[in-house]
Amino acid sequence: MAIKNYILICGGTACESSRADDIYKNLIAECASQGVSDDVQIVKTGCFGFCEQGPIVKILPEDSFYVQVKPEDAKELVSEHIVKGREVTRLLYDKNKSKKHAKVEDIQFYQKQFRIVLRNCGFINPENIDEYIAREGYAALEKALFNMTPDDVIGELKTAGIRGRGGAGFPTWMKWNFTKQVENDTKYVVCNADEGDPGAYMDRSTLEGDPHSILEAMTIAGYTCGARQGYIYIRAEYPLAIKRLEIAMQQARDYGLLGEDILGSGFSFDIEIRLGAGAFVCGEETALLASIEGERGMPRPRPPFPAVKGLWGQPTVINNVETWANIPMIILKGGDWFSKIGTEDSKGTKVFALTGKIRNSGLVEVPMGTTLREIIFDIGGGIANDKEFKAVQTGGPSGGVITKADLDTPIDYGSLMGLGSMMGSGGMIVMDEDDCIVDVTKFYLGFSVDESCGKCSPCRIGGRSLYNILDKITKGEGEMEDLEQMKSIGQAMKKASLCGLGQTAPNPILSTIHYFEDEYLAHIKDKRCPAGKCKELISFNILADKCIGCTACARKCPVGAITGERRQLHRIDPELCIKCGVCLETCKFGAIYVR
Amino acid sequence: MAKMTLEDLRKLREEKKRALNKRDIEGKNVQIIVGMGTCGLAAGAKDALDSFLKTIDENNLDNVAVTQTGCMGLCYVEPTVEVIVEGMPNVIYGNVDAAIAARIVKEHVMNKQMVSEYVFDRPAADIINDGGR
Repeated sequence: MAIKNYILICGGTACESSRADDIYKNLIAECASQGVSDDVQIVKTGCFGFCEQGPIVKILPEDSFYVQVKPEDAKELVSEHIVKGREVTRLLYDKNKSKKHAKVEDIQFYQKQFRIVLRNCGFINPENIDEYIAREGYAALEKALFNMTPDDVIGELKTAGIRGRGGAGFPTWMKWNFTKQVENDTKYVVCNADEGDPGAYMDRSTLEGDPHSILEAMTIAGYTCGARQGYIYIRAEYPLAIKRLEIAMQQARDYGLLGEDILGSGFSFDIEIRLGAGAFVCGEETALLASIEGERGMPRPRPPFPAVKGLWGQPTVINNVETWANIPMIILKGGDWFSKIGTEDSKGTKVFALTGKIRNSGLVEVPMGTTLREIIFDIGGGIANDKEFKAVQTGGPSGGVITKADLDTPIDYGSLMGLGSMMGSGGMIVMDEDDCIVDVTKFYLGFSVDESCGKCSPCRIGGRSLYNILDKITKGEGEMEDLEQMKSIGQAMKKASLCGLGQTAPNPILSTIHYFEDEYLAHIKDKRCPAGKCKELISFNILADKCIGCTACARKCPVGAITGERRQLHRIDPELCIKCGVCLETCKFGAIYVR
Repeated sequence: MAKMTLEDLRKLREEKKRALNKRDIEGKNVQIIVGMGTCGLAAGAKDALDSFLKTIDENNLDNVAVTQTGCMGLCYVEPTVEVIVEGMPNVIYGNVDAAIAARIVKEHVMNKQMVSEYVFDRPAADIINDGGR
């Protein structure tokens, strides 16, 4: 029986958590009960990236893009769209212009994107190897094994100019070449899937949506560098990604695309999964390798680099998930093709997880050189609730902030570094006028302090000292010397720490002192928090001319700090007030203000 | 499935590619829109639709998108079908049954020859500003 419609349902973690699985089951049941099961293929696919509007359901060939679908909507989708061919307008993205905006290519969120890494996400069923194969899957492996020498592969990567997507941006071909050149019987290939930056989930979505691309890439690296064994180190907090990887590995083994004598080429390679216990520092490559070996996850001094002396002392190629996902496309389409995308110093695309005070949070993939303004305002739709843009944080706890003045900077490794931030793994957190820079910085530093493994003292002690100073400032006890002191501790940490975690932990502080010194000064000199976030520095007050004495705030106040008779001016007792802000949200007359 | 050889993989890829291409909407320059309002359905639009899909499948055409729409207003010649092929005028066919559907695919889509005896005019195109689509 011929298939008329394809229903694609997002099966990423974000949509699954908003009951995408129930939608899937209901759609199957509805199609059966309305007698159209044979006309429709229902596919659970990877993340569409438009997480803000999830769960997403896409129906082809009409290319209707349904957002925020509920399990109860399944019946209407089947009876209207599938049976009668009428789009369900109320569920379409942007209902006002339904016909025009219902199509994926019309949605601005997708217009500026260019998808290499996420090429299959939201299109194929990640649990079905046949669909990956149909999208040129394992064709790169085929090409490498039968038509290319290991040197050809490295040459192609060199032409492509791809650099590591995990944060540091080291040229991938050099890493591979180092390992290839070492004469050794045992070598390893490792995938770093220990994604840990707050707000970042690019790697999770890639693994969930297209697990075979990682397996294929690692096998190509095995062939190129002379390794027979690969490991994927992934956090145990990613159960869905782990499950799909396991399914993918089993399917690849059944097909003979992993294991002994792959495709009759004589080359053998297999992969195992290693689960991390959630330590951030294990994303650092030497700590990660220690963790795979069963040791405590602590970094080792480099050199020697893992490429020469890595897992169990053997040469090891280690790359991040996103880097791996690029490899099959580079092999298949050639390094020339890849090098035409992006900028002079940074080739290809980059996936960002756009979160924070943004209208369309989600996963975006753009060519390098796209400006921050395009990402935040065109793709991201601007700031939520029409607030004022303040800054965007890139690079997580290792990065810094970028302000309005630099929004038009084209993004690449060099330009972000020049602004005192970094590419990092791709987390992008947007802040608006209501966010206090000092408070946000304290959050990032707190994260690094918690996650420091404690092996080297600059990171262990320096991080804690910095945190204490920030804490002091947010409590209104800061002094002018604190700024200089933070800078000097920060510089010391950068120079003396053992690994990337300690070396970059002061970045959020150094960057925010540079761009938002006035905000630090307001906290230190005026004992004032301009954004109204630092509790010790603010007080809630009632405006006499606006309060009508409705008693609404007094009834909501959890600590009984608001007193006043009906129709009389109310008053907040600053001694009792816990600054929770409930009164501010409750008051309909704008009579409460924060100072 | 047993372990594959290189040939097996290539064969599987070609086979699956055809199946998956039907899902891909890019590069489809032929559109067949079947009117499936109550009138169309009662007159047998479903048979026509199935026939379109079957014929397209049999001929391995991967550039044709088949969609459905409501009543086109030509209820006296249902089932009605609009066919849009690049470089040809948009055509509305009436009285399309399974056999005519197969002819439309073979003659109109594949050979660029309209099936003249079943072509009908769009009703009152002058009152539909955007060309009726």
